[in-house]
Amino acid sequence: MNSRHNARRHLLSISDLETADIERICDLTESFAEVSRRRIPRVPALRGRTVVWLFYEDSTRTRLSFEAAAKQLSADTVNFSVGSSSVNKGESLRDTVEAIEAMGIDAIVVRHSCAGVPHRVADWIDASVINAGDGCHEHPTQALLDLYTARNRLGDLSGASVAIVGDIAHSRVARSDVLAFTAMGAEVTLVAPRPLLPLSLEGWPVKVSHNLDEVLGEIDICYLLRMQLERAASLDVPSLREFRAEYGLDSARANRLRDGALIMHPGPMNRGVEIDGDVVERPNTVITEQVANGVAVRMAVLFLLLGSGLDTSENESMAA
Amino acid sequence: MNTRLAVVPHSGTVAIKGATVVDSNGSRQADVLVGDGRIIAVQAADDAADLTAERTLDASGCVVAPGLVDLHVHLRQPGREDAETVETGARGAALGGFTAVIAMPNTTPAIDSAAVVREVQDLGAGTCCDVYPSAAITLGRRGEELAPMAELVRLGVRMFTDDGAGVQSAMVMRRALEYASGLDHLNGGAAVVLAQHCEVEELSVGGCMHEGEWSSRLGLGGQPAEAEELMVMRDIALARLTGSRVHFQHLSTAGSVAMVRAAKQAGLPVTAEATTHHFTLTDACCADYDTVFKVHPPLRPEADVAALRSGLADGTIDAIATDHAPHTSDDKDKPFDSAPPGMLGLETALALALTELDLPIEQILALMSWQPAAIAGVDDRHGRPVAPGEPANLCVIDPSATWTVSGEEMACPSRNTPYEGRQLKGRVRHTLLASEPVVINGEAQR
Repeated sequence: MNSRHNARRHLLSISDLETADIERICDLTESFAEVSRRRIPRVPALRGRTVVWLFYEDSTRTRLSFEAAAKQLSADTVNFSVGSSSVNKGESLRDTVEAIEAMGIDAIVVRHSCAGVPHRVADWIDASVINAGDGCHEHPTQALLDLYTARNRLGDLSGASVAIVGDIAHSRVARSDVLAFTAMGAEVTLVAPRPLLPLSLEGWPVKVSHNLDEVLGEIDICYLLRMQLERAASLDVPSLREFRAEYGLDSARANRLRDGALIMHPGPMNRGVEIDGDVVERPNTVITEQVANGVAVRMAVLFLLLGSGLDTSENESMAA
Repeated sequence: MNTRLAVVPHSGTVAIKGATVVDSNGSRQADVLVGDGRIIAVQAADDAADLTAERTLDASGCVVAPGLVDLHVHLRQPGREDAETVETGARGAALGGFTAVIAMPNTTPAIDSAAVVREVQDLGAGTCCDVYPSAAITLGRRGEELAPMAELVRLGVRMFTDDGAGVQSAMVMRRALEYASGLDHLNGGAAVVLAQHCEVEELSVGGCMHEGEWSSRLGLGGQPAEAEELMVMRDIALARLTGSRVHFQHLSTAGSVAMVRAAKQAGLPVTAEATTHHFTLTDACCADYDTVFKVHPPLRPEADVAALRSGLADGTIDAIATDHAPHTSDDKDKPFDSAPPGMLGLETALALALTELDLPIEQILALMSWQPAAIAGVDDRHGRPVAPGEPANLCVIDPSATWTVSGEEMACPSRNTPYEGRQLKGRVRHTLLASEPVVINGEAQR
């Protein structure tokens, strides 16, 4: 999909990665998770490297997670806060990005409300670009931490059955997770009312269901997406009440999941909409683990892209 | 047509030698002598030894045809002179073989008053091309109150459109059609035409590309084909209701082509144009989020491209237009959803038609010269037969010349051509406006 880009230097889409790359990231994540558990969780792997956060859209956990990952690798970090920057004085995206690069940086982590912005940024500059969420397109590091978390619990995912439930159409997490889970051999079913699905699923390796109750007993992972509260106003669903009744995971539905089936959510959650409060507390609900693993996954991604790139593994010993 | 020539050259006369003449009467080998704004003589090739003029333009291996007419250009003046001016746009038009262009009214301010019509007419005077301003159907292109159409027709406006937006209200469009049908007498009997940008905004809101496989994958908001087709359907109904002419701008979908075909078979007074980019590019071009491919209406899938091509071949679509829409790099270097839609077209349109369409050059010239001239009501001066006494607005085309598209080399100050680096076949060698060579050997003279 991103033929013009040197996919080995950037992480713009899960489709940039071969299955072997995903395996390597997961393996490396394991090593970095060990670093995170140390009393002084810091290795000098990226000392002297500078990473910039360019977040045009609000984010709490993704930015903090990247920040923690970079710090544990001893990278220098700079936060380009759009609210207080020249962007508010009318500076164009391209000027902003080129000015940041001129300061001598090694990687730029981009979040933007419009799909494709990280791809454009990668066209304009030489530094590595990491997509931290672009509009309704992709959120690759979220998908990688989802995979890592699921593998930790379930082992090999090939043949596993995953339901992704809720607002698929507007979800960058869904697009990345479909690519990531299917790359690992899992089968994905999208469960949503028609207005919350993209118009066309041509080329998507997925099944579709409009009936959550029908799929609950057959899945290994129930992945719930955040339901944006304004969707009812835009006629995507009649009301949040009706969405909850048809697609929300309450205790009764959670009880019908197979033993050991995982409940996942990228956060932030709307308790009482797509997920009920008591479901959050179940032992197989791994939402907190997802957040915890996010740091080590992002360490692995930063390390690979800023180290020697995805193509060689010579520097991986530095992780230990 | 084979009038013998005077031996003594007229002052300011130009002879075009060695070409095949192609016009609405067909093709034949002939040399053409022009002067004083008119065609003086058209002389069969075997008689050519007698033809002398002050200046001779070599046209061997070329086609000489009535100048091309573009129903749809954005010249950005007044308002966005950094992107294009009437002067640079007219130069690009002449380089592309056009001798007449219809300037769209979505300027700042909009062309919806006598003052702005006169301004654009004045800016066009003395340029490389005849510039005919169209005017907005509604004040400010807001779709609410009608522009002073009679006053503007008196100034020479023949086409009205809110282009950039469709007239959303069926009632406003009905009234505009009814009112326009009574204005012909103000303009020497030349018909007034209402042209529609077909888009039901309720359905296209939030969309920045065609809604389908690619928009779904790329996570970009989509505009369904049906947003266009619903308004085509509505305006066909309004043409039936009012008996007034409707011209459909930049048709882009198979459904639109089918409806226009059926409307014409039913005898309704509708005409249609397709742009070069809609029959040469698809929505897959947006895969890298390159905003040069963002255009309005959006690029569509292969099946729509094929339908447009068959519509051009069978006469359902009457004209090829460019929808030439310059934007500065600053404006295009934005996120896909906020970059402005539009792409350059004037200097590549003819070559794309010759390269990409499997049609004889006679049919391509019909689509690009005399048919659009008739739709725009400029057929008193453009798209005329190449015959003595006719206005000498001509282009000379080398159909076998190959060249590589380069935005840098274009007359337009903007660079947003989607064909950068593409090899094309067929190039304009000379363009004559009122018998003056405004382009000689691919070089603009003004």
